[in-house]
Amino acid sequence: MAQSLLMGNQAIALGALRAGVGLCSGYPGTPSTEVLETISKNRRGIYVEWSVNEKAALEVAAGAAYTGTRTLVTMKQVGLNVASDPLMSLGYIGVKGGMVVLVADDPGPISSQTEQDTRTFARYAKIPCFDPSSPEEAYEMIGDAFDYSEKYATPVLFRPTTRLCHACASIDTDDFVKQISPEGFKKDPKWVIFPRLSYAAHLNIEKRNPQIGEDFSTYRFNTRTGAGKKGVAAGGVSHAYVKEALKILGGDCRLLKVGTPFPFPETLAYEFLDGLEEVLVIEELDPVIERELVYLCGKKGIRLTVKGKLTGHVQAAGENTVESVVRQLSEFLNIPYEKTAAASLPQLPVRPPVLCAGCPHRASFYAVKQAMKGKKALFSGDIGCYTLGNAQPLDMVDTCLCMGAGITLAQGIRRAEPDTACFAFVGDSTFFASGITGIVNAVYNNTDMILVVLDNSTTAMTGHQPHPGTGRTLMGDAAGKLSIPDILKAIGVKNVQIADPLDLTAAIAAAKKAADDGGVQAIIYKSPCIYVTESEKTADVEPDQCIGCQRCIQELGCPALVTEGGKAAIDKSLCTGCLICAHICPTGAIKGGRRS
Amino acid sequence: MNILLAGVGGQGTVLASRLLAQCGLDKGLRAHTAETIGMAQRGGSVVSHVRIGEDMFSPLIPKGTADIIIGFEPAEAVRCFDYLKPGGAVVVSSRPIRPTTAILSGSAYDGGAMLDFLKSSAGRLVVVDGERLAEETGSMRSLNLALLGAAAGSALGFTTDDIAGAMAKLMAPRHIEANMTALRLGFESVKNS
Repeated sequence: MAQSLLMGNQAIALGALRAGVGLCSGYPGTPSTEVLETISKNRRGIYVEWSVNEKAALEVAAGAAYTGTRTLVTMKQVGLNVASDPLMSLGYIGVKGGMVVLVADDPGPISSQTEQDTRTFARYAKIPCFDPSSPEEAYEMIGDAFDYSEKYATPVLFRPTTRLCHACASIDTDDFVKQISPEGFKKDPKWVIFPRLSYAAHLNIEKRNPQIGEDFSTYRFNTRTGAGKKGVAAGGVSHAYVKEALKILGGDCRLLKVGTPFPFPETLAYEFLDGLEEVLVIEELDPVIERELVYLCGKKGIRLTVKGKLTGHVQAAGENTVESVVRQLSEFLNIPYEKTAAASLPQLPVRPPVLCAGCPHRASFYAVKQAMKGKKALFSGDIGCYTLGNAQPLDMVDTCLCMGAGITLAQGIRRAEPDTACFAFVGDSTFFASGITGIVNAVYNNTDMILVVLDNSTTAMTGHQPHPGTGRTLMGDAAGKLSIPDILKAIGVKNVQIADPLDLTAAIAAAKKAADDGGVQAIIYKSPCIYVTESEKTADVEPDQCIGCQRCIQELGCPALVTEGGKAAIDKSLCTGCLICAHICPTGAIKGGRRS
Repeated sequence: MNILLAGVGGQGTVLASRLLAQCGLDKGLRAHTAETIGMAQRGGSVVSHVRIGEDMFSPLIPKGTADIIIGFEPAEAVRCFDYLKPGGAVVVSSRPIRPTTAILSGSAYDGGAMLDFLKSSAGRLVVVDGERLAEETGSMRSLNLALLGAAAGSALGFTTDDIAGAMAKLMAPRHIEANMTALRLGFESVKNS
């Protein structure tokens, strides 16, 4: 036994290794990414991969689970949308080895496009779902998830949320590893989905799931505590907020903690409800527990009021906080709580995230912007660091929807508005994940568009994971390095230009040529992320030559460009010496220097 | 003990919060942290919550209960001021980081009003010339250790030896020397002020 400070995602990874997981796959996505990275660092001989996208990751894991191997697949909640096709069918087919599909939800949302709830998805896919309430619990619960998966021969969902994934706690760990001996793949018609099989499987699932719910009623992380005529039900990190709020208020009530929202532990919940007058449900995202309790009251003929999101007693969207729960519990339990008056703060500067100083994406966006000045153009964006190209002064992201969508959205806008030059910006990792089919669509349907691949040789936003274009895998092995220009040429894009965005003159010329030529055009702006290569250079401003026009600042918005006494100056702690600002300076006052 | 660290993405708040949590573990206490990871790390406002002790459930510090705020930037310390308990302490770097949006709009943010507010509102204020300290150590990256040193010299329940012990566990050996210097300079800056 050793106690160490572990991030929730690290605890989950170590718990999965402890449970004898033999294959792990996934696609990076905040807040899930560190699970696979931790497995990779501690893998003790097991196989782990970043797959090209979530669908591929889930299928790789399912294949291994067919052999009896325990498998873990990781993604963020919107990744589950990509992987939903195989998962929906896999629920019918089932698995042999335990298979845990970890999907990290992001209430807020803090780093995501949607506030979708994987617990709701679990009900839709008819697949059991585990919902840990703390990093400590997650370390143990992940092992239980493998056991239940094997017991019922079904994949299971495991859904931590951001505040658990990225919270650290002191956790007792040991070096135990459960020994699993996979039987191997046995040929059997049960692995081949056909309508007749699906009908039989559906009947089985509907019979099985209430049994799992019954099983879950005695599961160790579903608990019923406290006493009184009022009850609070909670799941996930909200349970921790309820405990903290009850401590602050000095109150007590009956408390139901739901660690397995689907299939719902009805017997346990019934025992909780029995004799209560009123229930308040505290949960994030969808009112999942609330709906289950309302349903149970109707089913069992229990007369009581269930309050929560559906009744407006809990906010419908965004995160819960200790403060919000204190407020709700104070009202529900009639415990007065006097909030200390908030100090009146001086006016604070707004500080949104921005592209880093020296980011090559800034140069790429600026080049296309200059090339299309005064012309009717659409700039379709995508998911990654380069979404930040939307900020002023660049203002170069007109649309952003989901991974890979920018490429096909641009085609739709072009078809509806044939006089608009439609650019679609996509990062290198996103290109491989879900960009290629969209480009095939443009070539096949002969839709004019300009694809701009922002190739920075890494998956930057999620913390610099390798991808098929980087030539190495998560296990550190050398891999076949896929060439983006070769792929584009092979799928029929005739004009593929490669330009260095930091060579601004050439970068602008490439964009102009692509816009003039018509057809499906591609530009690859290739320059590594500033975190991939260390720069020894910075820029310098000659104060005598700077006329204080601030054109560099107003056009680029680079965080390393600041003002000192009305003139431009360089923050050398941030500058990487990309010298894009030197291209823009009308008096040539910005020059290349070396890091002091 | 509740410690809140507030700064700008890229300033090293995550490492600082891990070091504090490790100090707690080394004293046999339970520790929790919650950190900003993701898009906000790209130059946006970031916050780390560190909670040390028993009977703590939420990974986030309840507002009005932080014993100390360690501000890596004046406005970021003020942005989180609601978390400070009445009479709590603030250790803050004096160096403002003007957001690009403020420069573009020509607004005159220089950090002075923030420091004035903290002076009149915090129970105790320690202002650290973090930039000068970091320059003396040859790296801007050690601002986090300079601030921890200043915190250890004022309101933090841990000594610089405690922090040095945590550094030995969590940091690569090649980074230790420069950061030890920053830690000591931060500590001394409080004693000298």
